[in-house]
Amino acid sequence: MNENLFASFAAPSMMGLPIVVLIVMFPSILFPTPSRLINNRLISIQQWLIQLTSKQMLAIHNQKGRTWALMLMSLILFIGSTNLLGLLPHSFTPTTQLSMNLGMAIPLWAGTVITGFRYKTKASLAHFLPQGTPLPLIPMLVIIETISLFIQPMALAVRLTANITAGHLLIHLIGGATLALINISATTAFITFIILILLTILEFAVALIQAYVFTLLVSLYLHDNT
Amino acid sequence: MASPACFSSFSVPVKEKKLMEVKLGELPGWILMRDFTPKGIAGAFQRGYYRYYNKYINVKKGGVAGISMVLAAYVLFNYCRSYKELKHERLRKYH
Repeated sequence: MNENLFASFAAPSMMGLPIVVLIVMFPSILFPTPSRLINNRLISIQQWLIQLTSKQMLAIHNQKGRTWALMLMSLILFIGSTNLLGLLPHSFTPTTQLSMNLGMAIPLWAGTVITGFRYKTKASLAHFLPQGTPLPLIPMLVIIETISLFIQPMALAVRLTANITAGHLLIHLIGGATLALINISATTAFITFIILILLTILEFAVALIQAYVFTLLVSLYLHDNT
Repeated sequence: MASPACFSSFSVPVKEKKLMEVKLGELPGWILMRDFTPKGIAGAFQRGYYRYYNKYINVKKGGVAGISMVLAAYVLFNYCRSYKELKHERLRKYH
C-alpha cells in the first residue's frame, strides 16, 4: 500500500515518452486569446477575473513595480489553473513536483533581489538591519536577516509543494478509508462527509496561489519601492 | 492533375477528398497520401482545435458543456494513462 499511495505523484510517462510536458501545457488551451472587442462567454469571464485580480494586486506598486504585471498575472493564472485541474480524478498535478516549484521560485525571487540591488543599492542593503536595534545585537541580527532572505525562495517552493501534495494525499487516504468502511456502515456517512469538507477546503488551493503570488508580490514591493 | 491513385470516382483525385467521401477500398491509399510532415501534423491539430472551438465555445450563448467536454476528455486520458496501476485496485478475490 505504501508504494501505491505515492504512485500518483510519479512523473507520467507513456511508453517511455515524457508526457508531463503535454500535461504542463494543457491549461493553456483553456485560456483562448481574445480577438474581438466583445468576445464569447468563456473569454469574457476570464477577462473579468483577470481585471479583478490585477487591479487588486497591482494597486500597491509604483510605476516600476507595475512593469511586472504580466509576469505576476501569468504566474497566478498558471498556478491557479494547474492546481484546480489537479483536483479532477486521476489527474497529475505538476506543482506537486518540487523541481518545478523551485524552478519558478528561485528565478523570480532572484529577479526581485537583483532589481533592488541595482536601482536602490543602499536601501536594499539597509533591509538587513531593522531600525532601532541595540548596538551589541547588530552582528547577529545581520546574519539572521541574511539567512531569512536566502530562505525566501526555498520557503516559496516548499510551501506550494507541501500544501498541494498533502492535500492530494489526504484525499487519497480518506477516499480509501471510506471505501473500506462501506461494509461497516455506521461510520460511512460520517467519513464521506469529512471527504466532502476536505475537498471543499482543498479547493482553496486557489487561495494557495493567492498566497504564492502575494508573497512574491510583497517581496517585490519591499525590494523595489521601500 | 491526376494523382497516381485516381480510382473509379468521377474526377476528384483521392488526395483532396474528405474522409467521409473516400470509399472503403481507397482508404489505404488515402491514408498514405496524407501530409505527415511536422508542419502537416501541426496543421491538423490546429484545424481540429479551431473546429471544436468554433463549434462549442466561440458562440453567442455558449454554456458549460463546451469546456466540460474538454475536462471530461482530460479525465479519460489520465485514466487510460494510469490504468496499469489502477488495475490492482479492483474488487476481485484474485488479482
